[in-house]
Amino acid sequence: MFLSMNWIGDFVDLSGLDKKALIHNFTLSTAEVEDIIEKGADTHGVVAAKIISVENHPDSRKLHLLKVDKGDEVVDIVCGAPNVREGMLVALATNGGAVSGHEIKPAKIAGYTSYGMCCSEAELGISDDNSGIWELDDDIPLGTDLKTVYGIDDIIFEVDNKSLTNRPDLWSHYGMAREFATLTGRELKAPATLDVSEYDALPAVSVDVKATDLVYRYSAIKVENITRRVSPVDMRIRLYYCGSRAINFLADLTNYVMMELGQPMHAFDNAKVDKIEVQTFPEGLNFVTLDGVERKIDENMLMITSGDVPVAIAGVMGGDASKIEDGTTSLLLESATFDGVSVRKTTTRLGLRTDASQRYEKMLDPELCRLATERLLKLLSDCDAGARVISSFTDAYVRKYPTITLNFDKRYVDRYTGIEISNETIVKTLTALGFGVSLSGDDFTVTVPSWRATKDVTIKADIIEEITRIYGYDNFDIFTSSSPLLPVRKETLKSDEDRMKDILVKSYRMHEVHSYIWSDVKKNDELGIKTPENVKVINAQTPDHAYLRVSMLPTLLAFVKENKSYADDFGIFEIGHTVEGLRANGDCNEQNKLGAVFFSKTSGEEALFLRARDAAAELCRDILHVSPEFVSAECDFDFEHPVNSFDIVIDGNKVGYLSVPHPVVLENIDKKCAVAFFEIFTERFAESKVAAIKYSEPSRFPAIDIDVTFEANVGEIVFPKIVALAKSAAGESLADVRVKDVYTAEDGSSSLTLRFSFVSRERTLTKQELMPVVEQINLALAIEGLPVKA
Amino acid sequence: MKERIEELRSGFSLALSAATDDAALEALRVEYLGKKGHVAELMKGLRDVEDKKAAGQLINTLKCDVEAAIAEAKEIMRRAAIDRKVRSAKKYNPTLEGGAELGSYHPITLATREVEEIFISMGFTIENYNEIVNDYQCFEALNIPKHHPARDMQDTYYLDNGQLLKTHTSAAQNAIMKKYGAPLRAIFPGRCFRNESTDACHENTFFQMEGMMIDENISISNLIYFMKTMLSEVFKRDVKVRLRPGFFPFVEPGFELDINCEICGGEGCPSCKNSGWLELCPCGMIHPNVLREGGIDTEKYTGFAFGLGLTRLAMMKYGVKDIRDFNSGSLKALSQFKSI
Repeated sequence: MFLSMNWIGDFVDLSGLDKKALIHNFTLSTAEVEDIIEKGADTHGVVAAKIISVENHPDSRKLHLLKVDKGDEVVDIVCGAPNVREGMLVALATNGGAVSGHEIKPAKIAGYTSYGMCCSEAELGISDDNSGIWELDDDIPLGTDLKTVYGIDDIIFEVDNKSLTNRPDLWSHYGMAREFATLTGRELKAPATLDVSEYDALPAVSVDVKATDLVYRYSAIKVENITRRVSPVDMRIRLYYCGSRAINFLADLTNYVMMELGQPMHAFDNAKVDKIEVQTFPEGLNFVTLDGVERKIDENMLMITSGDVPVAIAGVMGGDASKIEDGTTSLLLESATFDGVSVRKTTTRLGLRTDASQRYEKMLDPELCRLATERLLKLLSDCDAGARVISSFTDAYVRKYPTITLNFDKRYVDRYTGIEISNETIVKTLTALGFGVSLSGDDFTVTVPSWRATKDVTIKADIIEEITRIYGYDNFDIFTSSSPLLPVRKETLKSDEDRMKDILVKSYRMHEVHSYIWSDVKKNDELGIKTPENVKVINAQTPDHAYLRVSMLPTLLAFVKENKSYADDFGIFEIGHTVEGLRANGDCNEQNKLGAVFFSKTSGEEALFLRARDAAAELCRDILHVSPEFVSAECDFDFEHPVNSFDIVIDGNKVGYLSVPHPVVLENIDKKCAVAFFEIFTERFAESKVAAIKYSEPSRFPAIDIDVTFEANVGEIVFPKIVALAKSAAGESLADVRVKDVYTAEDGSSSLTLRFSFVSRERTLTKQELMPVVEQINLALAIEGLPVKA
Repeated sequence: MKERIEELRSGFSLALSAATDDAALEALRVEYLGKKGHVAELMKGLRDVEDKKAAGQLINTLKCDVEAAIAEAKEIMRRAAIDRKVRSAKKYNPTLEGGAELGSYHPITLATREVEEIFISMGFTIENYNEIVNDYQCFEALNIPKHHPARDMQDTYYLDNGQLLKTHTSAAQNAIMKKYGAPLRAIFPGRCFRNESTDACHENTFFQMEGMMIDENISISNLIYFMKTMLSEVFKRDVKVRLRPGFFPFVEPGFELDINCEICGGEGCPSCKNSGWLELCPCGMIHPNVLREGGIDTEKYTGFAFGLGLTRLAMMKYGVKDIRDFNSGSLKALSQFKSI
């Protein structure tokens, strides 16, 4: 929104103050100013002058040779405007002056010297009208600097609309003036008005508010005998500087009052609209708005009608059929308050936002209706003395906001602010902002002014904001809190996930990536992965991104494919949220998961698989101090290899799985590479018990290692089971069992060499005495299908 | 005897000068000093000599001389061997690149950890929270009324079970208040989602960090203190902060917090749109309705809350120009973030 300092100056005298510094303070105390524009700064030396004579240029059809009287001198001007006329009063940029930064010097134009320039409104930057030179219709003495007559010089500042969403009162120059008055300690002047009670005796306008739930107030008044067509120059300049454009006197007048007081107004041509109903249409209808567009009105949209014929979309835009035209002489003036939510929904559905609707959305103060009407009538009568009011001010005040009174004490303010702000300052600030304040001792009773009471200020914390923002946050002394310090403990899940990242980055040199919470159907298709059905995003940007992900791995496999030229060997991982369908209560079953994928062009799949195994096992051993079991299992997903899929199990609970890609997926990634991956369900992982560190004093006697080779189908054995068997067969002297070697012969048969370590706490053992123990182990393993190799 | 000794001595000298390696020296040692060697033989012959003492001394001198000469020759040979080893050693080249590449953290992880550490040091706990929430958590509990524009489909991703992807980390405020009650100081980093099209500056998926501190007598003054301290730590300089009124339904008063622009030092430059300030962190005193909804006594307790854009912070810290790099999975981009 653009605001004019001249306009604000109508209501608060800011003379002698640095306007830019004021605007800066406004940013810190009220709302962010995004831009400051100095209008008129690059224009000077433009005076009122009269065209004495007009001659056509001998060689040009467009150009005219003028003699122009600028009061002290008659000068020759060459001018190309089509509307030049003898006797015309014009804006003349004189020699040595400047227009929009363009310096005026004697210049030869088509053989003739021009000693100045007759300006159009657009050239002076006061409107976009470039159709001809500006004809001054006021009676201004020749030679008068136009800047002394009109508000060409102005400081316009732009405020971010978003920062005013909660302040309906600031969508107006008057509301802004109140802020400046408060910030400077100067007086706020009331706008000049015409009291409508004068017309109480006149007949009322027929106003029937049917949809009372969507209307707070609907007031109307009729005026006739309006003859003025064009708005006064200053009014047009202000509208233009504030981002609007002059249309005709009546339309400009309603816009002007809206920008001044924040109250949208609508002027119907009284010849076409004589009575008013406010209602909705259950059947809906089509309606042409004054911009000439036909719009579909549905059953929720509030309409203004006249004799049940729609004439406006309430709070949004008037109709084409009833709009003010050049011949309009009488009007029915609407000044109303509609329900903000209803207006917002209507604009959203229509895709039509207007200056009026934007203001209604913010919940306007219904008290404004009368003030705005009185202000408009005053401006109208000042500009068009013949205009005559022909009805009473007809006021259907359907609903009122309650008056809000708040009680608090100084202690409350001190506690909230943490600093000392005097009672005197509090009273002064709130009073300047329009609050009713009474103070008894340290107890305040505050009445919220109607323009702040529609939703903005409702509780005492809101008062704190009023006091502190005007006090100035830059003026705060800042202190740390006096709260006691307590030990800080990270959540297990969070700390486990952090440690997982550390292990994978530091020990396995993997790269952490991030992706999206939804599956990417297109990428999955390219890999040959069927996207699992799951909870869907209703308004996904593309249907490919509708399903939420169940597993971290498909995206990671796609990333691996996209990165395969990055290096011969690398690993990536991501810890993120997935959704496994719905819980019993209908909420998403959200599960945190770690997905990790290893890629290699240099090592074989089995080696890579074992590296992935090592990483998964290390996470368990490092964080939980337990070795996980890897249990051959059915695949959960189609991207896993049916033969080489293993559940990662801790204490009997599955906390993840380890696998290599299905050959179809692998081929889609790269025919000549190896890939292995695992996924860990980090929440289930974090629920696992962390084993205490158990210390066992090392024996002072040396250990004896004995190697034995067994015939075994190496793919099928479960090593932890073998260790358990060996230990129970051997008794306590067997300290450790390790895989010494795995050998697969050409015929496919394989063997396994184990190294048994024996140790005693009492003495040095001899190989001889251990031979019977080894025999026991061999016997136990032979029963399990592992005969000693001959 | 004497002649025999002299004969042996000169024979030894001759043989020693001919010995070129350890084996030859050992053979020589055995020949002279071994059990059946020349010296032993001389000792046997001592029986037939008259002046046993003088002869014994001569033999002993010979033995000592032979031992010393062999030891000296050995030492010389050992040194020569080491010299040869040194001279023939392979020269290594540390300038050749190679070796395994380091792993990397996601830049968001690095930025998050840095801010987490600062807050842990000030006694804040770190909380995890869902990415999928209900209308209540995301809006209702935060004093965002039913028809607020923030709830529109154009801003929020809704799911077919009626839930939604959280649009801000503030969605966790209610649950955390209910979990701990007051007093409370916690931060909660998390991923948020907004339904908007992506470009270099906009992502539909991004990270924020929310923080809350609730206790008796928590004030605006405290809020400014903690924000200034935190941001000074994050940016490793004494940042200037300024607060402006900002409207968010879940705080009252609400602020936009700006820090002085690091690039121009507050003079004004394109990065700060010539204002000298960068808008960084919306914050405010927690709205009494929000506290009440979280089960906290609003007469006894007050608190502040803030939201820090972690994705934005990471972009500023590391000079990432295109926000889409974060979720691209591109290792060319992401592998640069080696360590904390």
